Amino acid sequence: MNRFGFQISTARSIDLDRADAKLRQRLLEAVPSYRYCIGCGGCTATCSAGAFTDFNIRKTHFLFSRGEVDKLSPTPMPDVDLNKCMLCGKCTLVCPRGVNTRGLIMQMRQLLVNKQS
Amino acid sequence: MKRFWNGYQKDIADDHYFYERSCIRQTFFPGSEAAFLKILREELGKDICDNPHQHTCTGIGYHSDVVPFETTMTVVARLFSLMKECGYKNYVPSCVTSFGVFTEMINKWEENPELKEKARQYLWDACKREFEVPDNIAHPSDIIFKFRFDLKPHMKFQLVNRFTGRPLKVVEHIGCHYAKIFANSGIGNAEFPYVLAGMIEAWGGEVVDYPERRHCCGFGFRQYLVQENRGYSIANTQKKFESMESYEPDFILTNCPGCSMFLDKWQYTIAEMENKTYDKEGYGIPVLTYEELTGLLLGYDPWTLGLQMHQVQCERLMDKIGIPYRPSDKYRGHNGRLLPSPEKPVNLKV
Repeated sequence: MNRFGFQISTARSIDLDRADAKLRQRLLEAVPSYRYCIGCGGCTATCSAGAFTDFNIRKTHFLFSRGEVDKLSPTPMPDVDLNKCMLCGKCTLVCPRGVNTRGLIMQMRQLLVNKQS
Repeated sequence: MKRFWNGYQKDIADDHYFYERSCIRQTFFPGSEAAFLKILREELGKDICDNPHQHTCTGIGYHSDVVPFETTMTVVARLFSLMKECGYKNYVPSCVTSFGVFTEMINKWEENPELKEKARQYLWDACKREFEVPDNIAHPSDIIFKFRFDLKPHMKFQLVNRFTGRPLKVVEHIGCHYAKIFANSGIGNAEFPYVLAGMIEAWGGEVVDYPERRHCCGFGFRQYLVQENRGYSIANTQKKFESMESYEPDFILTNCPGCSMFLDKWQYTIAEMENKTYDKEGYGIPVLTYEELTGLLLGYDPWTLGLQMHQVQCERLMDKIGIPYRPSDKYRGHNGRLLPSPEKPVNLKV
């Protein structure tokens, strides 16, 4: 039990020494158009799954790119759950940079499954 | 080249110092100030005045925004008037925050002479005293640094691990108010602070250069004083410990009361909260003030130096250096009576 009346604040900065950049590299190889993402959030705004759940594409691929893959999971999780994506493809239609966002979700899911296995 | 490095040097008076004690050091590290006076008087033969009428510099209240600037200015002026009354011109504040407050006030007075006149008026109105700005302000760590090679022949021990014969690995941590407010107020400037590193190298140790070496200790005044903000304070300290952990330092050397306190005591808090200690065996990394280190190497009794007041215990460090100590006297008062032993932490080994 914490008897101090406060907790150790968690830094929101990215620790580049600990970030795992290998998965991002593999993701870029599988979906080269991801290089052109400007993080506008159009994908998230139009997302059908995001309208009814807390699924957030932009947050998901940012976490993946930053190497914070511990926060992502191909299996159900309350916060960021790649399985909530229905693969409808609306995000791909609205992307101003032509990023294959549906392919991005599928590849991220696959890379995480491979990593876990 | 010589001119370029001038900005990294500092003038330190040779003798005749007026000492100002810290508000908090005598509670946290009660033997340090007495050790400094003893070192100066008995080892170096210097003249240093320890005036009983001294008082706070308001530093903690000032940096917490509860004491206004004019009050701090007047209190500083009164301390300078005590120095003048005793006939001294070289001011030596024990605390790094006091050192920062004095350098700041003098800078303000140089840039705004009307403020200095105001301080004169306030002081006169308050207590009918007059002050003079010191010729030289040096932190006690500056003085120990200046005389580090003069002290070396008096030393009974070196910073060498007697079991391996290798230099001890030392993390040095300098208080932010030493040179980060006015870069040229510290030896080596704010970029390459050398005051503690110079002592470590001169006395046989090896300085650890780790990534977060210049990061704040976490005190940060407002970050600690408000309980809800303490999570930020301890997070800063944790960042430093995580950065230095892999270098396996033998101990940490500091020149600031806040840094000594927080680098020592937060190790207990982190251990209790997260069951994490930053040495392999779970005892934590000992933290010493520069006076305690100098006193230990000169052969002073560790319990007179106040090492039993530390959270992370120093016996293992003293064993490495080969410093003798009597465990039975650890909690014995000056009158010979045995004091109660402190409660043991759950996770941090002592």
